[in-house]
Amino acid sequence: MTRSISFRDFDWWLLALVLAICLLGIIEIRSATSHTKFAGAHLKQVYWIVGGICAMFLLSLANYQVLLERVRWMYLMSVGSLLAVLVFGQKYLGARRWIKMPGGQHFQPSEWVKLILILAVAKYFADLQQKELSWPDFLKAGLMVGAPMLMVLVQPDLGTALTYLPIAAMGLFLGGLRWKQMLTVLLFVGLLLPVAWVKVLKPYQKERLTSFLNPDADRRGSGYQVNQSLIAVGAGGIWGSSEGSQTHLMFLPVPQTDFIFAAFAEEHGLVGALTLLLLYFMVLMRLTQNAQTAPDRAGAFVVMGVVAVLGFHILVNVGMVVGFMPVTGIPLPLMSYGGSSVLFMFLALGLVMNIRMRRFVN
Amino acid sequence: MLDRDDKVSSFRLTAIQYGLLFIFLVLAYGLWRLQVVQSNLYAGLAEKNRIRNVPILAPRGKLLDREGRVIVDNYPSFSALILRDSARDLIGDADLIAQGLHLNPDDLRERIRRFDGLPTYEPIFIKDDITPDELAFIDSHRNELPALDVIMAHRRLYPKSGFMAHLIGYVGQVTDNMLNQPQFENYNPGDVVGVSGVEKQYNQILMGQNGSRRAIVNSRGREVGHLDETPATPGKQLKLSIDLDLQIAAEEALDGKNGAIVAMDPRNGEILAMVSRPTFDPNDFAVHITRDEWTKLTTDENHPLLNKAIQAQLAPGSVFKIIMATAGLQEGIAQDLKVVCHGGGTFYGRFFKCWIAAQHSSHGVVEISRGIYQSCDVFFYTLAERLGIGRIAQYATAFGLGQKTHIDLPQEASGLMPSEEWKIRNFNQKWYAGETISVGIGQGAVAVTPVQLARAIGGIASGGVMHRPHVLLARELPDNMIPAQDSSNVVRVPIDPKNWEIITNAMANVPSPLGTANSAHLQGIDFAGKTGSAQTVSNDARKILTSAKYKDNAWFVGVTPRRNPEIVVAVLFEGGEHGQFAARIAAQVVKAYVEKQRRLPTKLAQAGQPVEMAGLWNQPPAHDGETPGLKGARFHIPLVRRMAPPAAAAPGLH
Repeated sequence: MTRSISFRDFDWWLLALVLAICLLGIIEIRSATSHTKFAGAHLKQVYWIVGGICAMFLLSLANYQVLLERVRWMYLMSVGSLLAVLVFGQKYLGARRWIKMPGGQHFQPSEWVKLILILAVAKYFADLQQKELSWPDFLKAGLMVGAPMLMVLVQPDLGTALTYLPIAAMGLFLGGLRWKQMLTVLLFVGLLLPVAWVKVLKPYQKERLTSFLNPDADRRGSGYQVNQSLIAVGAGGIWGSSEGSQTHLMFLPVPQTDFIFAAFAEEHGLVGALTLLLLYFMVLMRLTQNAQTAPDRAGAFVVMGVVAVLGFHILVNVGMVVGFMPVTGIPLPLMSYGGSSVLFMFLALGLVMNIRMRRFVN
Repeated sequence: MLDRDDKVSSFRLTAIQYGLLFIFLVLAYGLWRLQVVQSNLYAGLAEKNRIRNVPILAPRGKLLDREGRVIVDNYPSFSALILRDSARDLIGDADLIAQGLHLNPDDLRERIRRFDGLPTYEPIFIKDDITPDELAFIDSHRNELPALDVIMAHRRLYPKSGFMAHLIGYVGQVTDNMLNQPQFENYNPGDVVGVSGVEKQYNQILMGQNGSRRAIVNSRGREVGHLDETPATPGKQLKLSIDLDLQIAAEEALDGKNGAIVAMDPRNGEILAMVSRPTFDPNDFAVHITRDEWTKLTTDENHPLLNKAIQAQLAPGSVFKIIMATAGLQEGIAQDLKVVCHGGGTFYGRFFKCWIAAQHSSHGVVEISRGIYQSCDVFFYTLAERLGIGRIAQYATAFGLGQKTHIDLPQEASGLMPSEEWKIRNFNQKWYAGETISVGIGQGAVAVTPVQLARAIGGIASGGVMHRPHVLLARELPDNMIPAQDSSNVVRVPIDPKNWEIITNAMANVPSPLGTANSAHLQGIDFAGKTGSAQTVSNDARKILTSAKYKDNAWFVGVTPRRNPEIVVAVLFEGGEHGQFAARIAAQVVKAYVEKQRRLPTKLAQAGQPVEMAGLWNQPPAHDGETPGLKGARFHIPLVRRMAPPAAAAPGLH
C-alpha cells in the first residue's frame, strides 16, 4: 500500500514518442521559417519544450489525488481568471485573450483552464461511482464545462472553446452516458447549430466556415490559407518536395503555427505525413493503455481527458490541413510553434506520468 | 463486462481506441487523396503559384536616313512605382515620396487610398519617365522608403521640335479596338505599336519579338530565382530613303509657314525629304500625352497631325497646266494653237478672267511654251475647251491625279479628278461644259495631294515614266519583308520626245526672268518647274472672306535637271498667295540638293560641331536658370569630315 513512487515507473516509451514528435516539429519550424521574419523560432520552441519537460517532471511528483482534492478551488480560480481576461485582458487582433503579466509575458488563461477542466471533470465523474448517468448529473457536468466554454467563446476564441467540448464528451462517455441521452444531446445540438450560426459566430468565423465549404469562392481572401494549404500538401506528393516549395516561397502564411502539418506534409510527402500520424496514433494508444492501468477511476478519467483533448486537436488540425475541417485556429499539439500549447501538452503528460507512477500504489 | 466498480468500462475504452483508429484512417485517406490521387493537380497549381512569365521587351528598330544616320532611337526610361506587399504605412510616406518625385502629395495619398481594396501584389505606378535626379532620390532612399521602386522600359526618342514628325509617326499602346482586329492577333495588351507614319507602316519589322523569362517568385511577387528564358528578338532597324541634309533644308525652307514639301527621286520613287507644317512633337506621345495637349492638336484648324504631303487634298491650280499641255500636245491640238489673251475670254457664254487681269495687263498672243512659263489662263481655257473633260480626265488619271500613289505610308488621301461619269455617279447631274474651263487651270473640283503632283510632274519631266513613291530603301530589306504591293511600281505614259522637249523647256523658263517664278531663279542650276496659285474660295466669296485663311494656296513643283531629273520637289505653301513664293521654297531644297551633289559643304558640315538631333526634357528649367533635367538621352549627327572637291561631272549642270 505504501510502495514509494519511482521514475522507474515513468512511461519512458511515451516520453520517447512525444519527444520524437517534438523533434520533427522543431526541424519543420526551422525549415518553414528560415526565409521569413520568424527565422529562429525553432530555438524558442526548444526552450519551451525544455521548460515543458521540467514542468512535466515537477508535476509528476505531486500526487494527483492531492490535486484532485483541491480541484474545486482551482476550478473557481480558472473561472475567475477567465473573467479577468474579459475585464482586463489585452486586445489583440480583435480578440481579448491575453493578460499581460508583470514579467512582460502574455498569459493566455484559456489554455490552463483546459488542464483544470480535465481534472475537474475527472473528479466529478470519479465521485459519481455509478454505472449509468442520471440527467441531473449530466446537466451538472455540462454546466461545469459549459460555463468556461461560454466565457472563452465571447473573447472570442471559438477554437479554444471547442477544445473544452471533448473533455466533457469523454467524461460523459466514460461516466456512463446512455445511448438515449447521447441521441437526445445530438438532437439538441443539431437544433442549436442554426441558432449559433446567427447569434454566436462572428462574421470572420462564418467566412472561414463558408470558405471551407467552397475554398474557390475567395482565393485571395479567407479561402487563401485553405487553398494554399491544400496546394502545399498536394504538391508534396508521395516523397515530398522542398525545392521552391509553397512553404519556402511563403505562399503558405505563418506555416510554423496552425499550418505546420501542411508544411511538413509538403516537405516530406505522404510517407513523412503518415509516419507522423502513426507517431501520434501510438501516443494516443499508449495513453489509453495508461488509462486502463490507472490506479483508480479518477486517474483513468484524467488520462482519457488528455486523450480527448489531444485527439481532438489532431482531428481538427490535420482535418483542416487536408480540407476536411474548417479553419478554426487550433494548433497541432507538440508540433506547432507556441509556448502555451507546448506547456499545456507537457503539463498534461505530467499528469499522465503522475498517474502511471502511482499505478501500483493502491 | 466484468469491470470493477472503481474502474472505468474497458469496453468503452476499447471503443474509444477504435474510434481513434477510425479518425486516423480518415485523416490518412485525406492525405492519400491529396498527395497521391490529386498530386499532379496540386503540383500544377503550386507551379502556377511560383512561376511567373516575365516578358523581356524587344527594343524597337531604329530609323536611319539613307546614309545610315540615326533619325529615331530608343532610350531607357524609368517609371517610379510603389510596391504594396510590405505592411508599411504608405500614406505616411507619401509626403516624402511626393517631395522627391515632384508630385502633389494630396494626389499621391488619394492614389494610394484608391488601391486599398486591391490585392497587394499590384503595384501603384506613380510617375513615368522620371528624371535622373528623381532616380537618384529613389536610390538614396532605399532604406527609408523600401516600397518605392523603379522599372525600366525602352521608349522612343524622336527628333526634337517635330522634325520629320509626320513621316516618322509615333507609337502608342495597342488599343482594345486594335486587338480585336485579325492583323493584331499576335499582340498583347500593353504592347507598343506604331500608330502613324513609318512607325505604323513598318510596325511588324520595327517591333521585333518580345522574349520571356520564367522566374520563380515568392508569395510577395519578388523574384527569388529563374528557370529559363527565351531571348527577345530586337526589331530590325530601317533605312529610309530620306536624306537628312535635304530634310533639314526642307524643314528650314518651310519654317514658320503652313504647307508641305515632298522631295523625290523620280528615277526610282525614293522620297528624299517630306515635310508637313504645322508639326507636333511625337515625343509627347512616347510617354503620356495629356488631354489638353491632345485636344489642342486635334482641334487646331491648321491640322498639325495631318501629313499634308500625302493627306492634303487641294486644287493644284496652274501646276495642272503641265498635265493640260501634255494632253494637248499628245492629242495634237496644242502644237499650233495660238490664243490671244485680253486678260480673259468668254467660253460657253461666260467670261473667265486670266490671272494677269489683276495686274491690269494681258498676255497678248500666246502659244504653248509661253502659255506654260507665263501661265496664261486663257490659253489653257481654250485648250480645255478643245480637249473636253473626257480627254483631260483621261490624261490626269494616267498621270495618277485623283488616285493614291500607294506610297508606303498609312492613310494616304486619294484626291479627286472630276469627269462626266464622276459627276453623274456622285451628284446625278450632267457635266456642264463650263466646268471644263475651270478644270483646265486646275480649279473646280480637281483635288490633288503634294505627293501626287510630285510623281506626275516628275514623271512628265522623265519622259512619262513614273515610279511608285516610297520612303523605305527597299534594298535594305529581304524580299519577303517588303509589304505586298497592290499597284505596279512603274507606270509609263508615252510622251512624244518633241512634246517632252517643248514642255520641259517651257518649265525651265518658269524660274527665269521670263517666267512666273522669276524670283526663284537659281544661278548655274538647271532648275525647271511650274507655279500654281489655287483659290480656296470662289472669286465672289473672296470679296467677303478677306482673312488670311482664305488666301490662295501657292504651289510649285520643280525639277532638276529639266529632263530626266534626279529630283522633283513639290511645295504646297498654304496661304502663300502666289506660286513664286512656293517656288522660292522649292529652290532652297533644290539648291541644297545640287550643292550636296557638287560636294559643297552641307549645312551639317558647316555647323562645325555635332548637331543635336534629339534630346528630351520633361521639366521646365528651374527658376535659378540652371539647365533643365535631361529626361531621356540625346544623340547627335556626327560632324561630317571635310568634303571632297567637286566631282568632275557635277549633276545639275547640263
